Amino acid sequence: MNFKTIITTIAVLGTGITLAACQMDAYQAPNPNGSELWSGYKTATAETRAMQDDDFANPGMPMVDSAAALYNKKDGEANMSCADCHGAVDDPKGGSKGLPMKGVSARYPVYDADTKKPINVELRINKCRTKYQKAKEYKYESDAMLGMTGLIALQSRGIPMMSTADNPSDELNAAWKAGEAFYYERRGQLNMSCKHCHEDHQGELIRAEVLSQGQSNGFPTYRLKWSKLGSLHRRFRGCNGNIRAEPYGYGSDEYLNLETYLAWRGRGLPMEGPSVRK
Amino acid sequence: MANKPRVKLPKSAKAGEIVQIKTLASHDMETGNRKDKKGNKIPRLILNKFSCSFKGEELFGATMHPSVSANPYIAFSITAKESGTYDFTWTDDNGEVTKVSQDMSVS
Ligand code: HEC
Ligand code: HEC
Repeated sequence: MNFKTIITTIAVLGTGITLAACQMDAYQAPNPNGSELWSGYKTATAETRAMQDDDFANPGMPMVDSAAALYNKKDGEANMSCADCHGAVDDPKGGSKGLPMKGVSARYPVYDADTKKPINVELRINKCRTKYQKAKEYKYESDAMLGMTGLIALQSRGIPMMSTADNPSDELNAAWKAGEAFYYERRGQLNMSCKHCHEDHQGELIRAEVLSQGQSNGFPTYRLKWSKLGSLHRRFRGCNGNIRAEPYGYGSDEYLNLETYLAWRGRGLPMEGPSVRK
Repeated sequence: MANKPRVKLPKSAKAGEIVQIKTLASHDMETGNRKDKKGNKIPRLILNKFSCSFKGEELFGATMHPSVSANPYIAFSITAKESGTYDFTWTDDNGEVTKVSQDMSVS
């Protein structure tokens, strides 16, 4: 064995060891949810839960019905429907191109290589609207968008949320970190962070409401207060506004990062959208 | 109505059987008691009437008032008598009528 081979051997061995080490401490952030992971469904009243349990009585569903018709309707300059490319919305194979809606909401947000940012279901729908249908974007909180995200969420019912964004090798890791920082940052005139309510006081009363863990697995949500479906970003705006902090925009980078982080906090929770909440 | 109301009635039933019908309409049910940001009253606009009929005869009806929630859900029972088309109508304060029809076969 000459000197060169020895060096190569050491180098190869070295790589092997580094790889093994990497795998061994594949980063695992501590679970911030407390001892148990649970959805806002648990602390909803029996009446509210009954509305969610019966898909017929769920008052968010008529909007989802309308979106199901939109899904099959040709639109835009390309004169194509969502179904033309993706197959029937409940087709587990996702049509001839193999792009099913099943499981999408449980997997999102994902990394968008074009913008180098997280992309959530809303923005993904609009990307298909402009890029493929050559049609106008849906407004973020419009009935069409809420119905469509509800329809897509329905295809993930019962599927656990599956984020791995805490892993440094995950493309979403930078967004996850920013979302985590946002979550623990005090803000607003009341100077509170998400943690103060949803981590420290989960299960306890705040005025007439029981605080949940503030999970995102039920969105879009039909809130009785809103009398309609609403997006996760609408809820973020509400939770920011309640502590008299300036809310961020629908689809803003701040909320996309926060959504990425919440998807990770909820990993393992089965999807329930469109859910019903007070 | 922006979204079509939902109606659930069994496809078939035995004559004399009591069947449950569920309906869910999609409506803001603006009470007339709220004000907009400028302080102007938002005019009342609710669904004030619901009716289920068969061949023009009303089987079940309801008059609604401003305290009924948005997107009203109405469930009720009828006795199945005849096969045919059952009509469901919702009427709002402007007189706009939304109609949904569904068939049930009775044996
Ligand atoms: C002052 C307390 C408070 C703070 C601070 C707060 N929230 Fe909330 N949040 C609530 C209340 C009350 C509800 C409604 C009841 C529940 O589900 O907890 C709620 C609900 C939610 C929900 C809906 C849960 C569901 O199951 O539908 C999400 C998501 C959420 N909050 C996220 C956040 C995030 C993210 C932050 C930080 C930006 C935050 N909240 C800050 C009080 C708060
Ligand atoms: C001309 C074909 C075409 C049309 C029409 C189209 N899409 Fe897509 N869609 C795609 C392709 C291709 C992708 C994969 C990502 C890419 O290449 O941009 C995709 C990706 C998606 C995804 C993400 C899937 C995943 O697994 O990450 C969703 C959700 C989606 N589309 C929804 C819709 C909806 C809703 C509509 C109708 C409003 C629609 N699409 C219309 C071609 C289309």
